[in-house]
Amino acid sequence: MLIKPAADLRDNDVTDHALYLDRRRFLAGAVAAGSVLGVGRGLRAATADDTPTPFEAVTTYNNYYEFGTSKEDPAVTAPGRLKTAPWTVAVDGECAKPGTIGLEDLIKPVQVEDRIYRLRCVEGWSMVIPWRGVPLSEVLKRFEPNSKAKYVEFTTLADRAQMPGLRIPVLDWPYVEGLRLDEAMNPLTLLATGLYGKDLLPQNGAPLRLVVPWKYGFKSIKSIVGIRFTENQPLNSWQKYNPREYGFYSNVNPQVDHPRWSQANERRIGEFRRRPTLMFNGYGEQVAGLYAGLDLKANF
Amino acid sequence: MRWLKPVVFTASLLPVAWLGWQAAYGSLGINPVETLNRFLGDWALRFLLLALAVTPLRQWTHWAPLARLRRMVGLFAFFYVCLHLASYVGIDLFFDWAALWKDVVKRTYITLGMGCFLLLLPLALTSTDSMIRRLGGKVWRKLHRLVFPAAILGVAHFWMMVKADIREPLVYAVILAVLLGWRLRTFVRTPQRA
Ligand code: HEM
Repeated sequence: MLIKPAADLRDNDVTDHALYLDRRRFLAGAVAAGSVLGVGRGLRAATADDTPTPFEAVTTYNNYYEFGTSKEDPAVTAPGRLKTAPWTVAVDGECAKPGTIGLEDLIKPVQVEDRIYRLRCVEGWSMVIPWRGVPLSEVLKRFEPNSKAKYVEFTTLADRAQMPGLRIPVLDWPYVEGLRLDEAMNPLTLLATGLYGKDLLPQNGAPLRLVVPWKYGFKSIKSIVGIRFTENQPLNSWQKYNPREYGFYSNVNPQVDHPRWSQANERRIGEFRRRPTLMFNGYGEQVAGLYAGLDLKANF
Repeated sequence: MRWLKPVVFTASLLPVAWLGWQAAYGSLGINPVETLNRFLGDWALRFLLLALAVTPLRQWTHWAPLARLRRMVGLFAFFYVCLHLASYVGIDLFFDWAALWKDVVKRTYITLGMGCFLLLLPLALTSTDSMIRRLGGKVWRKLHRLVFPAAILGVAHFWMMVKADIREPLVYAVILAVLLGWRLRTFVRTPQRA
């Protein structure tokens, strides 16, 4: 395995599309992305068989119920319907500087990074996705959350004119997700604006989505229009729909089965055999500390 | 009506043929294992409901030849159930029998699916002419009423598998309710012997 120090990594090493076709250079990129994060070891340990999932799969196999409940729906219905510019995000709740801010102004002050993360869906499949975005912590800090802010709640756009799926009351729209503030501030948590070096496509949650790689995919909320700092734990959409099956934390945990799906293993898209699912999706080194003393079976 | 059975037989093979074609050309989509398994599950349930529709259709249309299709359509339901189960055990779980057992015990929708399969199994095994003769028409007919709970389990299996959007299983549930309702009506209207 070729391991290049981060210093050798030019910007286009990580962004160049061809990189992903070249396995050896990809590994170098992944490790470099890891060292940018200061988490090189954790990532490197798991990268040997973490080839990025092909762009086509990442952009045509999506769970985005606002655009239909089948995995093929969003790629068909979202482009051409979702208007991603201009885009504003309303920030409020327990913070000193609430306000509504344009996407550009939200992202611009922060250095955009490329990060390759595993994504594990609660349904038992997984992908590896090269995201582009900014650390959520950098964005949140600017709104100066106060001492009452214990949680962050995110809201997806809910516009019937743009989202045909809203006509079916599968979930209580708008889609809502939440993180504990320390989870939101963890360096792994990304506010993504792109993947594979390009802007996010509508079906992937354009123009702005969360990526929380150690939690099941549904925590990584798409097309964010609202961010609120709260004192109380937010009630996320899936937990509201079925509290027995979906919890607030929803950390990837092979020991806690979902009643419908075994969480012990997963099918990596593009692979034939199932592979074992890793605790915290393999990011334990970076996040296990967040849950010291917490019963993860009870707080699933 | 000599053409009827061969035509229906051939038509019943079209779904597997289509599947084989798609598989050969690698066009089962991004998650081929899921596509395969779900496709076979869909057709298993469709054939099961079709089998249950034969008698009401015959009574309704007064077209007697339909009766000859009942066994064949029922066996095709079992055929697709077997393929569905085989794709799950052989391809999805890759013969991990321990995992299958865990699934059957832990995951309600799989428990229901397995229940449906176990109810259909004796029906398929007793579908030959010689078995009908051996059991005698009365016992055979009683035994084959198991198809009703089997169909209910089949629909429940699909219903419980779905995460949130129950529209598709709902369609199957409504069709099943109509088919069962038809029998209830016939049963109530037929004078009962003591
Ligand atoms: C024998 C035991 C059975 C097992 C282990 C089994 C297993 C499964 C599995 C794993 C799925 C897909 C879950 C997913 O993709 O998330 C499924 C779906 C399904 N199964 Fe079964 N099944 C069984 C029996 C049956 C029977 C007897 C029928 C019908 C008569 C049936 C009809 C279906 C249908 C309609 C679906 C949904 C397909 C779709 O989503 O379009 N299954 N089953």
